[in-house]
Amino acid sequence: MSMDFDYIDRMLIVRINGDIDHHSCEGIRAKIDKEIAKRSPRAILFDMEQVGFMDSSGIGVLIGRYKLISGGGGKAGMINVKPQIKRLCEICGLQKIIKIYPSKKQAISSIKE
Amino acid sequence: MKADNEMKLEFLSKSQNESFARSVVAAFVAQLDPTIEELAEIKTAVSEAVTNAIIHGYSCEMGNVIIISRLIGNTVEIEVKDFGVGIADIELARQPLYTSKPELERSGMGFTVMETFMDKVDIESYIGEGTTIRMTKKITTVK
Ligand SMILES: Nc1ncnc2c1ncn2[C@@H]1O[C@H](COP(=O)(O)OP(=O)(O)O)[C@@H](O)[C@H]1O
Ligand SMILES: [Mg+2]
Repeated sequence: MSMDFDYIDRMLIVRINGDIDHHSCEGIRAKIDKEIAKRSPRAILFDMEQVGFMDSSGIGVLIGRYKLISGGGGKAGMINVKPQIKRLCEICGLQKIIKIYPSKKQAISSIKE
Repeated sequence: MKADNEMKLEFLSKSQNESFARSVVAAFVAQLDPTIEELAEIKTAVSEAVTNAIIHGYSCEMGNVIIISRLIGNTVEIEVKDFGVGIADIELARQPLYTSKPELERSGMGFTVMETFMDKVDIESYIGEGTTIRMTKKITTVK
């Protein structure tokens, strides 16, 4: 599983490339947690453009990462979410915790507040 | 009812096989000409059931997972079977947010996702013998 990390101020942008399921979860979790430990971001933005599939294992991972940074008041968001994955997020009530934003710009301005 | 087509897949309970399993079922169901959305729903439901067999049924030890899928008219039937620990309380297992493995960051939404994406989800389970999930979904025919 390849992932790219980027920063805008203290907001970590995580670009995940590939399916998010139980199999890929462990690698995703380990890499993001290493990054969080290293830089202590205040917010996380998941860029889902290259994620074609996700199931409820992915929901667990995203919530877990949110919990890691929310202790210090951090926020999380998602962008470029495919319709099928958006439906999954709705069913699981994820949007109450990790909102889906229509653009990177809007995500950045809302999350940073 | 007699199936128009049927397939059976058996594989080891390795997490590498999760994407393999859902892709095989999707390729089989493609014969019914489902929409992209229906196909994504079926893939997700299969992924949930197979993942459960691997992490809950076998607790990540090795065992066999069997998938049987039938096409009957424009309905797809999918059975996901394991020979693992079984489910003690099926009603509880179906509850949204219930998970017996919160330490693994499970969301407890697997059965809710299966029930939402498929028309019908039946659970048959016996302690110490295993679990069979039976799901059906009618494919819309847009002609
Ligand atoms: N094949 C199975 N064998 C044994 N227990 C299972 C199986 N499938 C599901 N369960 C039980 O049902 C619970 C709920 O499953 P699910 O809704 O998929 O949530 P999760 O996988 O996130 O725990 C599981 O935590 C587990 O206790
Ligand atoms: Mg599950």
